[in-house]
Amino acid sequence: MIAAIEPTWYLLLASVLFAMGAVGLLVRRNPLIMFMCIELMLNAANLTFVAMATQLGDINGQTAVFFVLVVAAAEVVVGLGIIVSILRRSPGATADDLAELKG
Amino acid sequence: MTDATFLEYVVFFAAALMILGGAAGVILFKNPVHAALGLVLTLFGVAVQFVAQEAQFLAAVQVIVYAGAIVVLFLFVIMLLGVDESMDLAIEPIPIQRPLAAVMGVGLVGLLGAAIVRARDALDINPGTGIDVAGEGAGQDSNIRQLASNLYGDHVFAFQLTSVLLIVAVVGTVVLTRKWPKDAADTDSESGSS
Repeated sequence: MIAAIEPTWYLLLASVLFAMGAVGLLVRRNPLIMFMCIELMLNAANLTFVAMATQLGDINGQTAVFFVLVVAAAEVVVGLGIIVSILRRSPGATADDLAELKG
Repeated sequence: MTDATFLEYVVFFAAALMILGGAAGVILFKNPVHAALGLVLTLFGVAVQFVAQEAQFLAAVQVIVYAGAIVVLFLFVIMLLGVDESMDLAIEPIPIQRPLAAVMGVGLVGLLGAAIVRARDALDINPGTGIDVAGEGAGQDSNIRQLASNLYGDHVFAFQLTSVLLIVAVVGTVVLTRKWPKDAADTDSESGSS
């Protein structure tokens, strides 16, 4: 007999996913991949929100995930716009080359 | 062990494998296109976990918005800029950074895991009485109906603000990436970009 899956498991999974995103953000130098790692961390937070919403029976957690999705979309749009305009100026730039933002 | 519990376990671990494998792909793949596909795998795994926790609407939105729009935007930018050549991951710009990052990751998982396991007893674990399952029984609203009444009732002002946020983001991106005509070069610093 094994117990049903508890929210604790989802939280542990989300913590591992968040740490992987953070490590990727630190070790990768390609700005696009760094952005993808930020998405990983956002998804870990979303997983936590939904796990706690399910456990506590509170729909507000799922609403928070909805807002996180919207903000993530806006963030990606603006961030990719910045990356496009930077990489157009200096192709192949890594995060180390972008130490200064001035044009 | 009932069959339903066993199925839950299979779904959980398959989706967890998708999530962690995709995340490892994002970190480790040299080619940005492959990393974006790893991100798709992770996002689908998260969507599966959402369905397993009766958040059907969020799972659909996750697939549509994240996998459908955001990753396509990533791929579009990768292709547009032609940065899809593989990068040499052996280059380590800051000497001790990767060991430190690994230590930070392990420490983060250890601390969060310890906190979660410690908090487990404090939490009021009541599986099965959470958010109403869609279409189960009379008098219970489906997930999307609950979410809608919450979103458009309690959070309607924040919902309106997100539309403002999206408009601002779109306008800002157009301003950022547009190539200004040459005669405007004197007044705008963005002009000489191409």
